[in-house]
Amino acid sequence: MFGAGGGTSSYREIEETDLIIMWGSNAREAHPIFFHHVLKGVRNGARMFVIDPRRTSTARWADVWLGIDVGSDIALANAVGREIIHQDLQNREFIDEATEGFDNYAAGVEEYTLERAEEITGVPAEAVERLAHEYAKAETAQLCWTLGITEHHNATDNVLALINLALLTGHVGRYGSGVIPLRGQNNVQGGGDMGALPNKLPGFQDVEDDEKRAKFEAVWGAEVPPKAGKHISLMHEAMDEGDLTALYIIGENPLQSEADSTEMRRRLTNLDFLVVQDIFLTPTAELADVVLPAAGWGETEGTFTSSERRVQRVRRAVDPPGEAQDDIAILSAVARAMGHPWVTPTAEEAWDEMRQLSPLHGGMTYARLEELGGLQWPCPDVDHPGTLFLHGRLWERPISGRRAPFHVVEDDPPVDTLTEEFPIRLTTGRRLDSFNTGVQSGRYSSPRRIPGVLDLSPEDGVSLGVSEGDRVTVTSRRGSLQAPVRFDRSLRPGLAFMSVHFPDDVDVNVLTIDAWDPKSGTAEFKATAIRVEPLVSV
Amino acid sequence: MDLRALLDRPTEAERMAVDDLLGPSEPFDGRVAYGGHEARGQRQMLLPALHAVQDAVGSVSRGALGYISDRLTVPPAEAYGVATFYSLFNTDQPGRTTIHVCDDIVCSQYGAEDLIQALEGSELSWERSPCLGQCERAPAVMFHHPGQGYGNAAPVDSDAVGNAVFDELPPSVVHQDQSQLRLLRRIGRVDPASLQAYRESGGYEALTSAIELGPDGVISALDESGLKGRGGAAFPIGIKWRGVADAPGRDKYVIANGDESEPGTFKDRLLMEGDPFAVVEAMTIFGYATGSTKGYIYVRGEYPTAEKRLGEAIVMATDAGLLGTDVAGAGFEFDLEVRRGAGAYICGEETALFASIEGYRGEPRQKPPFPTQHGVFGKPTGINNIETLLATLEVIAGGAGEFARVGTEQSTGPKLFCVSGAVEKPGVFEVPFGTTLGEILALAGGVRGGLGLSAVLLGGAAGVFVDSGSLDMPLTFEDTQAAGATLGSGAVIVFDENCDFGPVLRRIARFFRDESCGQCVPCRIGTVRQSETLARLGDGETLGTVADELERLDDLARVMTDASICGLGQTAASAIQSAIRLRLRGAPA
Amino acid sequence: MTMTEREMSTITAQVNGEVVTVPEGSTILEACRRVGLDLPTLCYGPTMSAANACRVCVVELEGSRALVPSCSRKLEEGMEIRTGTERAEHSRRLVLELLGSASELDRSGDQLDSWIEDAGAEPSRFGPKAATVATAPKIEDDLYVRDYGRCILCYRCVDACGVEHQNTFAIAVAGRGFEAHISTEFDVALPDSACVYCGNCIAVCPTGALVGKVEFDMRENDTWDESRQDVTRTVCSYCGVGCNLDLHTQDEKIVKVTSPHDHDVTLGNLCIKGRFGQSYVSSGRDG
Repeated sequence: MFGAGGGTSSYREIEETDLIIMWGSNAREAHPIFFHHVLKGVRNGARMFVIDPRRTSTARWADVWLGIDVGSDIALANAVGREIIHQDLQNREFIDEATEGFDNYAAGVEEYTLERAEEITGVPAEAVERLAHEYAKAETAQLCWTLGITEHHNATDNVLALINLALLTGHVGRYGSGVIPLRGQNNVQGGGDMGALPNKLPGFQDVEDDEKRAKFEAVWGAEVPPKAGKHISLMHEAMDEGDLTALYIIGENPLQSEADSTEMRRRLTNLDFLVVQDIFLTPTAELADVVLPAAGWGETEGTFTSSERRVQRVRRAVDPPGEAQDDIAILSAVARAMGHPWVTPTAEEAWDEMRQLSPLHGGMTYARLEELGGLQWPCPDVDHPGTLFLHGRLWERPISGRRAPFHVVEDDPPVDTLTEEFPIRLTTGRRLDSFNTGVQSGRYSSPRRIPGVLDLSPEDGVSLGVSEGDRVTVTSRRGSLQAPVRFDRSLRPGLAFMSVHFPDDVDVNVLTIDAWDPKSGTAEFKATAIRVEPLVSV
Repeated sequence: MDLRALLDRPTEAERMAVDDLLGPSEPFDGRVAYGGHEARGQRQMLLPALHAVQDAVGSVSRGALGYISDRLTVPPAEAYGVATFYSLFNTDQPGRTTIHVCDDIVCSQYGAEDLIQALEGSELSWERSPCLGQCERAPAVMFHHPGQGYGNAAPVDSDAVGNAVFDELPPSVVHQDQSQLRLLRRIGRVDPASLQAYRESGGYEALTSAIELGPDGVISALDESGLKGRGGAAFPIGIKWRGVADAPGRDKYVIANGDESEPGTFKDRLLMEGDPFAVVEAMTIFGYATGSTKGYIYVRGEYPTAEKRLGEAIVMATDAGLLGTDVAGAGFEFDLEVRRGAGAYICGEETALFASIEGYRGEPRQKPPFPTQHGVFGKPTGINNIETLLATLEVIAGGAGEFARVGTEQSTGPKLFCVSGAVEKPGVFEVPFGTTLGEILALAGGVRGGLGLSAVLLGGAAGVFVDSGSLDMPLTFEDTQAAGATLGSGAVIVFDENCDFGPVLRRIARFFRDESCGQCVPCRIGTVRQSETLARLGDGETLGTVADELERLDDLARVMTDASICGLGQTAASAIQSAIRLRLRGAPA
Repeated sequence: MTMTEREMSTITAQVNGEVVTVPEGSTILEACRRVGLDLPTLCYGPTMSAANACRVCVVELEGSRALVPSCSRKLEEGMEIRTGTERAEHSRRLVLELLGSASELDRSGDQLDSWIEDAGAEPSRFGPKAATVATAPKIEDDLYVRDYGRCILCYRCVDACGVEHQNTFAIAVAGRGFEAHISTEFDVALPDSACVYCGNCIAVCPTGALVGKVEFDMRENDTWDESRQDVTRTVCSYCGVGCNLDLHTQDEKIVKVTSPHDHDVTLGNLCIKGRFGQSYVSSGRDG
């Protein structure tokens, strides 16, 4: 948010907060145990707003569900901001003391009246008004989001639009008030923490900062490239332009997980050299020149960092099968093969080296992680108890450090526009019992499994002349696939949904668009224009 | 909530029955939905909604239950758990005319088994029922014609039952002279369907006095009167009302406990059927004195006439400005609602009754916290039974001193007793506290057929047997307690010298087995083991010696009394143990 | 109220004559544990409000006619509690006898066995014809088994599925009295119910009535052997919430996944992926 990337709050705070906003998050299915904490909050009297095009199982718990059009989040957020300002419900003291850029922001949202918001989002103005008033008036409030906000071509702007609201109302930096991006994978947070970002070193230290880089170089005994690398969408571009010809993929299945999979296959097959290190022979690995069998979860030691910035130990319970080896062992072996005298470190040794270099993690020894059941960063030294919530400094008077900036952001609809030819908005997402491309979750037998289907509103089913179970052709501007239809009453006419879990059967990313956010590199998985045609039965 | 709907759809009749109660359902908007706390707050309409479909079609089908769950945001599994808790909801067969035959302690002495024999070969749908509260005219049945409603018939014969054709039930009569009556003075004499007749017979004088006294004055008068609750626990009413009045918070409730289900007890039915405005007036004063703006009258499901009369009385009182936002022009708000039980003795227990109003299974809660702090919907709640409420009218209208002059020092005022069984003139009798058991039996014409007395069951199934040695016992809270007996519900069930108590005790054991809510182990399993043990003794197939069986019964009695959550389990062995102690004929020995 | 103010309110009472001071809001059971007395509990689970159903933890309270459940009754100033009295022990013995006479308890763990032995309880004393809750195990899918012949109706599964944790409400108590039982609506099979297969009911079942299919099968085949199992604490491999898992392994296979009850993220709860979705680890990679 303001520097280090991570949720500001701890789960326990949502149990005691007064208002919960779930924005583009179906946590009931995607983060079930986080949702337990949400439900404790609800049972303790918290009111809940859910903003989601679909009336998801999360939305069914809401006091108010706002069923916006896909990709209209900024219009909604700006209208909420304008309403708060026009009703003089903003937190003036906080704005004056801890933020900057308010006047520009106020001017920027001025055009977003409730009426305009209704026009753009499709949600009645009174519901938008209610959201604005309740969020502003709540003593404490938690604003949570997930991929419904970030899988857009303007993901960063979406996030900034929400952060503006937290700054406007002072709902950040206090116990019970904060903003929480929920992490989709076990260690997305930890990957970022460790510098698996094109522009960061471990602990969110800027790679282009000479001083920071020098510190790492001294300990690593090697030179660190002084320029930020490419995020995934830039890599795609470089592959398209022939600048990137060799790729080493560890634990990813991009052939199936990236938008526009036809394009992706072309890119991967055009490479000169592809190495894939994974626990299974995934479809991506099948394209590789070299496959390195990795030990998986349950077979290795290390740490994960959760969505509340809590670093916890992961441990080996069983031996890896066959020739599979720990990632750390494989990487060291590759280094040795390249002529570097690396000794394979233990997970703890690698961790301890990182602790010297990342102030956020400095105090997190394995012994402490063990004893305390994990620690939340920042935890700079071994006497530090970890940090329950971030940005408390914004409530110090005068504040320490820099002021938190407002950002003016504008409504920017999905790239893949709806037309007569492609009249239905397809959005994608996850279901409770499955996970991403199904590499892991496909291997247990779930009585709740919904296979690759196209979810439609019953009304659309009628107008298309299809019944549940009928196969249809789904076509976007990039590709076409066939899938059976399932009726879902949580969808309104004109809105369709597909999960991403069964690429082998129904490869939804044949349809999706790789329009991507210039700052984060995320593609617009959430907004595809499609048409649906019944298959003539054979 | 993210409920998963049952696949079945309701029939048109089921949907209409529910929509008539709840209003039409709103279609999915697609853009906005309001739910959450407000939607979940509709849970308390669950029993009324289940009644609506049961009344209309005679059963609660999958489709109906699914529709109700959806409308009220109640999980289907919980709705099913509630529907199967209450014996009057039929979840396992298509609805049709059903006859509930009372085979309980009193009716079984009046030929209940003959009625059952007449039904056993027939095509009719019928069930055995615990006491229907019609004991003065046993044997009794309750019948239900789907779409037409419930009715009671008593006394009935095999022909009527076998053909399912019943006469209209005449109003209950009071055998005593009008001059002896306060609580019963309007029964059978004043038109219960007329507010005017009620007012002309002194109705609403108590409310006028109450408003003059003010809330605190009302409670002080109750303190002075020495009035104690008539429901069994004999708790001082002034203290209870003050507890609610003084409890912090704005939302408070008052409840009239009309779930009179103790076998052999029917006085509250007479009052609710015969003097419904008095119940409404007393509740209004209860609300006024405690600062509660909402009251419920919980009427047992087997009392359709009482429910109807009370409902009509509430409408008339509301129309007359005696309920509503400005009661009697005195500037206070009070509304009343009738809630129907659905066949569960346990709901007479106050915390189970709260659960039932809230739309849950009638499972009692551990006390403390007590209702005056944490009652229905978790709010401070005052709850009294019907007879107690009518007694408060006497205190307010007639004066606390006048009231306290009746009865004894510790048991003040008039008291109702329900005399049934082997007497000449069964019925409800109003006497001053302190009247002896013998005097009450004499009022009822003595033992039927000039036979001798073997025993009296005081307080119903949860009570204790006494024999002729207790005829001189004054019926007061203090005297019965000293004698190890109880007044309980005011039931006085009389058995003549020819009675074989074996079947009586087995029926009592079955009553508790059937009526246990199933929550706590001592009661859930203990009542079964008690019933099994008595069955073995009755069949002469004892496990070990009779002494072993008696030891088992004693162990079961102790654990149920000591360790059950509520009064049901705690008294489930009381009558049986007293019969053993008195060595009644046919009791295990 | 701040944490410190809350901690400053205390209650002083007596347990078996010994003076004990505990924070306000503590239960009698907590006070007993404070003085080193542990009482048996069955329906009470550490992560849940007291269900108050089994009554195995009852104690004597001076001035109270009936015994009181120590798990749910809050300690009040000046209370005099007595444990281990003849009355309390009698009730405990009878409760254990009643439970044992109605439900199969042979997979309820060593602790219950020792309570039964210590109390001198004889569940068989109600004879071979005593009514029981015996019923065939419900095997409806590959994830778990509902073996209700072992159910003691402690309400823990219902509360875990409902308001206490999961808020799915797939199961509830249906029927009444001895016929009360855990059921879906109209007893539909679990896959047709609201169940989301989190298995959080399994996590709180004290008697093995709810059990993972792998464990059930291994127990039926007599291959379940806890003495040969290791338990490894780790973090779930799926979403980013960070649930702690205990992987129970036997012969290099994960045979059960649980979450520690004292882990403040999960309180012992997991989702379907966390509890059942880890089978990819030791199986399926052979070929």
